[in-house]
Amino acid sequence: MNQGPLNKAGERRPDWAALAIAAVLVAISAVIFFDAARLREVSGYSPVGPSTVPMAIAVVLLLLAVWTVIAAFRGDFPAREKQEIQPVAWVVGGLAAQMLLLNTAGFSIATGVLFAATAAGFGKRKLWISLPVGIVLCLVVWLIFAGLLQLSLPAGPLERLFQ
Amino acid sequence: MSTFEFLLQGLVIAAQPMNLFYALIGVTLGTAVGVLPGIGPALTVALLLPVTYRLDAAGSLIMFAGIYYGGMYGGSTTSILLNTPGESASIVTALEGNKMARAGRGGPALATAAIGSFVAGLIATIGLAFIAPYIVKLALVFGPREYFALMVLAFVTVSSAFGDSTLRGLTALFVGLFLSTIGIDQLTGQTRLAFGVPDLLDGIEVTTLAVAMFAIGETLFIAAQGLQGPDKVEAVKGSVWMNRADWARSWKPWLRGTVIGFPIGAMPAGGAEIGTFLSYAAEKRLTKHPEEFGNGAIEGVAGPEAANNASAAGTLVPLLTLGLPTTATAAIMLAGFQQYGLQPGPLLFATNPQLVWGLIASLLIANFMLLVLNLPMIGLWVRLLTIPKPWLYAGILLFATLGTIGANPSVFELGMLLGFGVLGYGMRVFGYPIAPVVVGLILGPLAEQQLRRALAISQGDFTVLFTSPIAAGLLIVAALALIVPLVLRARGRGEVLSQMAANED
Repeated sequence: MNQGPLNKAGERRPDWAALAIAAVLVAISAVIFFDAARLREVSGYSPVGPSTVPMAIAVVLLLLAVWTVIAAFRGDFPAREKQEIQPVAWVVGGLAAQMLLLNTAGFSIATGVLFAATAAGFGKRKLWISLPVGIVLCLVVWLIFAGLLQLSLPAGPLERLFQ
Repeated sequence: MSTFEFLLQGLVIAAQPMNLFYALIGVTLGTAVGVLPGIGPALTVALLLPVTYRLDAAGSLIMFAGIYYGGMYGGSTTSILLNTPGESASIVTALEGNKMARAGRGGPALATAAIGSFVAGLIATIGLAFIAPYIVKLALVFGPREYFALMVLAFVTVSSAFGDSTLRGLTALFVGLFLSTIGIDQLTGQTRLAFGVPDLLDGIEVTTLAVAMFAIGETLFIAAQGLQGPDKVEAVKGSVWMNRADWARSWKPWLRGTVIGFPIGAMPAGGAEIGTFLSYAAEKRLTKHPEEFGNGAIEGVAGPEAANNASAAGTLVPLLTLGLPTTATAAIMLAGFQQYGLQPGPLLFATNPQLVWGLIASLLIANFMLLVLNLPMIGLWVRLLTIPKPWLYAGILLFATLGTIGANPSVFELGMLLGFGVLGYGMRVFGYPIAPVVVGLILGPLAEQQLRRALAISQGDFTVLFTSPIAAGLLIVAALALIVPLVLRARGRGEVLSQMAANED
């Protein structure tokens, strides 16, 4: 399954990316075991307590990790298409920028940045057009949703002009 | 009171002018969002959930009903005109529908889809109204262990019975279950896996997870394919009306599709999309025009579309009567109920009959509105399809984050949105299904509660789970649903199953 020339994880078995997934699953179950051990100390002895189900989930995740390792060595994972990193970076960057700007710059500017970055990820790189368009659009959305539907969307310098 | 009287009472509630207005907004928004390429009903419902935040419970659920049916309808329009089905339930519609559109018969294809959806929705919603009270009566004798067994069955069918890999389906499910244990334990009040972060005490919001995985994950995945030419939208040429031959060839597939789709949706076990495949296969076998199949046979649109809508109404049977979501869409609807502190299930029929029957009646009304609205407005929907990708996805992310910010304007929540979005992207790249994560997150706490109640009653004796005949029967079915596909795949007959993937995004 795993011999496509576009496979970024390397042409040869084992499938390193799948092994990485198995490692993540092991890490998750380790976190659960750690937390469950703490819960046991707090809640004392009882056959079925708050830690029972997380423990069971952790055990199954460990088994699934083993299964994933086997699948990785057998090349059972489907061939992956080539992924372009740059557009993904634009969109992720836009989301991160929105997250950081939201409480200082307000909804319209923060989300306008996200809008322009996403458009850039899909090929519209003319930020001097898409950024103002995005900010104005988000301001309109803000006026509708914060004004008419009374959602609490954070206000910044732009929004205060309309309050 | 009989079902009929309850339904009449519900119609009176749903026909109040304000509620009609909510239903109208719901179907219009639902269709408008559902018609956008790459957005299926699950994402439509998740994106539009915030719009309903400020309404009362009844108004919000009525709008929801409209959004649900509108989103279903919008999806079929996309697959007929664009040949990029956003959800597996529409794949079959695209097979014949898009061929019809290319041959200049897009109008009749849309019409038979719309009228077929209406017929199926009507019959299935009435079916829902008449079956629900019986299942409610049955469900009242269910104890914790029967509920737990039922949920195990739903987990297995949603995650691993269909789709192309048991391993990846189960992994997705258990990641969802892991996420569901974060927060305060409902039975003891202990915090679990929150590591002192106050934002995690309430657990992870289903809508945040669903919007992140479906909207952001999908956007990243499409972006990562690089720049491609725009998808070709087939223009609707000629009449949108069906001629006499179209009617003659459509009405039987509508009814057959309904009969096939409704029971499959109504079973408390995911995989609601199978109905469309079965219906397509049935029509292909029964048709008098076998040469047209593959080149735009109208039966191949009429039957699967009816089956699709009938099973969508069918999924409301386990959702409303048992509180059991069997698709990602139903899981998000359950989250919609929970935001008003309502837990769907047999008790809701007893404590809040106006609400439940008002909702069922609104489904009938929404269905009717869709029929009246959609054919005249087809030009508008086609224009929505031609929005260039950069603006389309920029707009999708704008509304995706708007919903999260509106529910909880915190940097942490947006961080989770981003994190789960990247997770959803990674899962798509490696071929993991998304729906099991969402279903695991919402059903996990309910299943855990039932399990721990059952074990508390038996004082920790696990054998109690198998000593009730109903519970044991359900667990045996669940085990078969897990093992049989594994055997089939090992023997190289997995293609059938992967075609039936209940993967709606």
